[in-house]
Amino acid sequence: MVLVFAEASNGKFKKAAFEAVTYGAKTAAALGTECHALTLGEADAAGELGRYGAQKVYHLNAPELATFDSAVYTAAIAGAAQAIGAKVIVLMHNSTGKNLVGRLAARLEAGSAPGVNALPKVEGGKFTVRKAVFSGKAFAEVEILTDYKIISLAGNSIPVEESGAAVAVESLNVALPAPKTKVLETKRAEGITPLPEAELVVSGGRGLKGPENWGVITDLADALGATTACSRPVADVHWRPHHEHVGQTGVAIRPNLYIAAGISGAIQHLAGVNSSKTIVVINKDPEAPFFKAADYGVVGDLFEVLPRLTEAIKKHKGV
Amino acid sequence: MKLLVCVSKTPETTTKIQLTPDQAALDERGVNYIMNPYDEWYALVRAMELKEAVGGTVTLLNVGPADNDAVIRKGLAIGADDAIRVDATEGGSLFIARQIAAQAKEGAYDIIFFGKETIDCNGSEVGAMVAELLDLAYVGDASKLEVNGTAATVTRDIEGGVQVVEVNTPFALSAAKGMAEQRIPNMRGIMMAKTKPLKVVPAVEASPTTRVQHYDLPPAKSAVRLIDPENMDELVRLLHEEAKVI
Ligand SMILES: Cc1cc2nc3c(=O)[nH]c(=O)nc-3n(C[C@H](O)[C@H](O)[C@H](O)COP(=O)(O)OP(=O)(O)OC[C@H]3O[C@@H](n4cnc5c(N)ncnc54)[C@H](O)[C@@H]3O)c2cc1C
Ligand SMILES: Nc1ncnc2c1ncn2[C@@H]1O[C@H](COP(=O)(O)O)[C@@H](O)[C@H]1O
Repeated sequence: MVLVFAEASNGKFKKAAFEAVTYGAKTAAALGTECHALTLGEADAAGELGRYGAQKVYHLNAPELATFDSAVYTAAIAGAAQAIGAKVIVLMHNSTGKNLVGRLAARLEAGSAPGVNALPKVEGGKFTVRKAVFSGKAFAEVEILTDYKIISLAGNSIPVEESGAAVAVESLNVALPAPKTKVLETKRAEGITPLPEAELVVSGGRGLKGPENWGVITDLADALGATTACSRPVADVHWRPHHEHVGQTGVAIRPNLYIAAGISGAIQHLAGVNSSKTIVVINKDPEAPFFKAADYGVVGDLFEVLPRLTEAIKKHKGV
Repeated sequence: MKLLVCVSKTPETTTKIQLTPDQAALDERGVNYIMNPYDEWYALVRAMELKEAVGGTVTLLNVGPADNDAVIRKGLAIGADDAIRVDATEGGSLFIARQIAAQAKEGAYDIIFFGKETIDCNGSEVGAMVAELLDLAYVGDASKLEVNGTAATVTRDIEGGVQVVEVNTPFALSAAKGMAEQRIPNMRGIMMAKTKPLKVVPAVEASPTTRVQHYDLPPAKSAVRLIDPENMDELVRLLHEEAKVI
């Protein structure tokens, strides 16, 4: 059996949860078994996870699960897996998943693979997954040697697929320990898709010359419905907030479209963005290394090119 | 306070990754190794700041072969008091976690610091494993840490924001950007590091749970398609019709 931990955020499921269930369903099919989904804490319409291939959906809600605590969530997921006899556990590779994969692996004495980006290979009794290593500069095929297998799926790695119908939500009896941490406050920027989840990203580098010039980036992002990002030196001198810094030592992203303006394309920057499906580079220097990693390139002054691109996007969208 | 900082060794960030002909490993020729940036810049420096504020000791812990001693000495030069190296060749995340847990248990530390992730394995899992093995609270991707006696407030990065969490010692965390500012070791630190204790201990028994079958490199990008800077309608058309991303 495959168990998918589908996380709801403020009671709602995001695309990454449907990706994880799709992944779990396909993995279960390859193993000739069933895929069940589990959600914890507040969650509306959990039965909808059935659409993406979960044959059963369990929902556990207890006071201990109201806010996130890695020890409690680990006990809940491991307990559920043991109760239903699931050996493969699939999580989302987000901040919650990163707090859980290791704990689950230690608890179940399991091999783990955080951040896989393709369906597992199941052949001759071997279970092998693929994940990025060296910050996206290479990939590893990792065989999981243990009975229990813990994997987390990197966002935007596989398309969401509907393969079933909504199911009735069931409950499970799992013993929970007392939380070891207490959440005092959760602060989220409203209305913006967070970078790790964004499908479209517009990013600026030192070529912007100063924070006062960022309008050309945000205008394009607004026209596209994209999230903004920046190179490290831009965040270091506080032109932009730290959470926008992408690259090897910042956020690693894999959007469908990454537009980089005024960024040279240093190896540490590329490490965090080169898993993007399509890369557009705008730079006035035709020798900028970033062009070697780009699908489309525009050699020109970003202060002229970006407003033109913004207008072209608006025209395309009919606004 | 007794603070433990787990440090790993990774290829330097500018390393161009090349593989051995059988693709079984990284081709190490010409590769320079450093202390994993998250471990050095954020975990170790924040531990040093705490020690400076409230007193105590900072111990470094590495699981690895004797080659790793140079990286450990750098941590001592930055200011850690002593170090332990569990003598082992690479054995996978859970193997490493078991080694760390065995040492940490013996030392009874108040806070165990990890980096957010190693920039070679990109696991972000060893810290959580150790916490589970020792039944400790764990806060991953922590960008701020304030300690007041046995109580601590930790801010952790979540998608699109932060969460502020209260926790009591002993606990474990993984350090992300924001936690502290990088420190460059000075000459005195480098000299002193040579005489600080670095204890080498044998590994405890643990079997591997995963095995890397092989590595491969991302497929080479086809040549960039250059678009006339005057003609952004053409770029939009290509993004829509060819790349199908908008
Ligand atoms: C250990 C380590 C880790 C690092 N991690 C990261 C990381 O995670 N992320 C990261 O981004 N960097 C990282 N760096 C820094 C990295 O090496 C580069 O220094 C950085 O990415 C450069 O930022 P940039 O491209 O914005 O600036 P620059 O390299 O200065 O490039 C600016 C570019 O803008 C172009 N330009 C200027 N004016 C215009 C104009 N009017 N129109 C069009 N183009 C213009 C220039 O031609 C140039 O190519 C790291 C470095 C180290 C040592
Ligand atoms: N060999 C090791 N020795 C000591 N600490 C390690 C080792 N490997 C990983 N760590 C610690 O665990 C963190 C997370 O590693 P990883 O799970 O591999 O991303 C690192 O930032 C280190 O703090």
